Amino acid sequence: MSTIKLENVSRWYGNVVAVNGVSMTIGPGVTGLLGPNGAGKSTLIHMMGGFLSPSSGTATLDQAPIWKNPEVYRKLGLVPERESAYDFLTGRQFVLAMAKLHKLTQPIAASRRALGLVEMEDAADRTIGTYSKGMKQRIKMASALIHDPPVLLLDEPFNGMDPRQRLQLMELIRRMADEGRTILFSSHILEEVERLAQHIEVIVAGRHAASGDFRDIRRLMTHRPHVFMVRSSDDRLLASAIIADGSARSVQLTEAGLQVEAVDFRRFTWLVPQAARAADVRLWEVSPTDESLESVFSYLVAK
Amino acid sequence: MNRTIAYITFRGMLGRRRALLLFALPALLLVLAVTLRATGNNDLDISTVVLQRFALGTVLPLLGLIAGTGVIGPEIDDGQIMYILTKPISRSVIITTKLAVAIALIIGFGVIPTLVAGLILTGTLAQLAVAFAVAVLVGGTAYCAVFVALAVYSRFAVTIGLMYALIWESLIGNFAPGAKNLSIQQWSLAIAKSLTSATAVKADISLGAAVVLLIIVSAGGTLLATTRLRTLSVTSAD
Repeated sequence: MSTIKLENVSRWYGNVVAVNGVSMTIGPGVTGLLGPNGAGKSTLIHMMGGFLSPSSGTATLDQAPIWKNPEVYRKLGLVPERESAYDFLTGRQFVLAMAKLHKLTQPIAASRRALGLVEMEDAADRTIGTYSKGMKQRIKMASALIHDPPVLLLDEPFNGMDPRQRLQLMELIRRMADEGRTILFSSHILEEVERLAQHIEVIVAGRHAASGDFRDIRRLMTHRPHVFMVRSSDDRLLASAIIADGSARSVQLTEAGLQVEAVDFRRFTWLVPQAARAADVRLWEVSPTDESLESVFSYLVAK
Repeated sequence: MNRTIAYITFRGMLGRRRALLLFALPALLLVLAVTLRATGNNDLDISTVVLQRFALGTVLPLLGLIAGTGVIGPEIDDGQIMYILTKPISRSVIITTKLAVAIALIIGFGVIPTLVAGLILTGTLAQLAVAFAVAVLVGGTAYCAVFVALAVYSRFAVTIGLMYALIWESLIGNFAPGAKNLSIQQWSLAIAKSLTSATAVKADISLGAAVVLLIIVSAGGTLLATTRLRTLSVTSAD
């Protein structure tokens, strides 16, 4: 059982702050690092993986500093986001080379085991250059698992995978976690994180926006006000029906239609068709205007 | 030294398109030597010019640049260096291994072809062939150390290296006497001069100074590269 701990970690590049005063503890099980693109997820993972020094604060693995300490890699496996492995090697040669670099006592057995874990035995004798994205991801995974590390860091592992590969990798990550490993993966897709992680850390614009069980995060996200655009045959009539119900905080009549700020997402989506039918109003369009992940995140930051 | 890193590096070096240059440069040298020999233009003066200007002055810096930057630069650019850095291996072992591979390439594509070209041109006369082969080896080591360090420090290592080799050493070094003091090529030439009795080989630097400077530059490059690798930040886009 291993724990990664960030204490008040910041990282800036010149005048640009990429990560701002983040503290978190990553323990056994699957933790999802969620945030929009450019939020600082990779910067955080790079600091946890020893590729970047924190500008201030400390990053430790079981109390040992991670920066400038190659010994941590005995406990740490890292799957970088970038696709490039050594394209000229076959999958087997690559994984075996990683086993030898770790100075494992039985490199061949270890590489066979790792290839088996990611189900890559069949393609192991082709060069990595000929692999699909999903296969490259799996061979990188095998290289990170070669020394059976208690901690695994995965940077955007599902990028570019098709749904089947996604499911396979989720299954593999779950299995790894059941064995008591500490696994952190980053993603900008809420559904991915929700399906896989028991614990979620949300990063927005370099700040630690939320932390906790995925249900808590989900609740935070569904309880925020939603803004909808509604177009109908009689906007004025519909507006009065919506206002009368109380599931919306405000209704605004605009040229393009009604702009509704709903307080209760569920109730509002249930109410609109009912109210429309009762008032004999024909609905033409109901569309959420702020469903982008960024707006969800910015709401979380404001909290 | 780490055999696995050496293996991956060799595979990477010889599998890349740049490897063609590694073969082409010494091939050119050998063709030149054979042609001069066949046409009877292989007296000591001409042979010296070929070995000094072409083998030591042109082929070697280019080989040093290709080998020195090639063993580590592309890996840093493409991010594969992560697979080596995420292992419990000391950074000095990584650098010395990379350097050793670069020097092995210099021996294969520089030292041996220079020796062979020298033997074709002048046989064992005045020890000219051996003198230049040794000079190429010693100079090659210094070039590799400098270019490995440059590749760890800068993404523009090849450009900077080319400017150093072509503009500083070849152009300025040949006209401004002061620049010769800071030229790996000139230091190597001093080594060659001390090993041959051919009077056509002239060096402006004393042997002692050349040896000291070559050692300082080789050791300094290795040390700088190691220090830099310890804190190499992988700054990929988020």
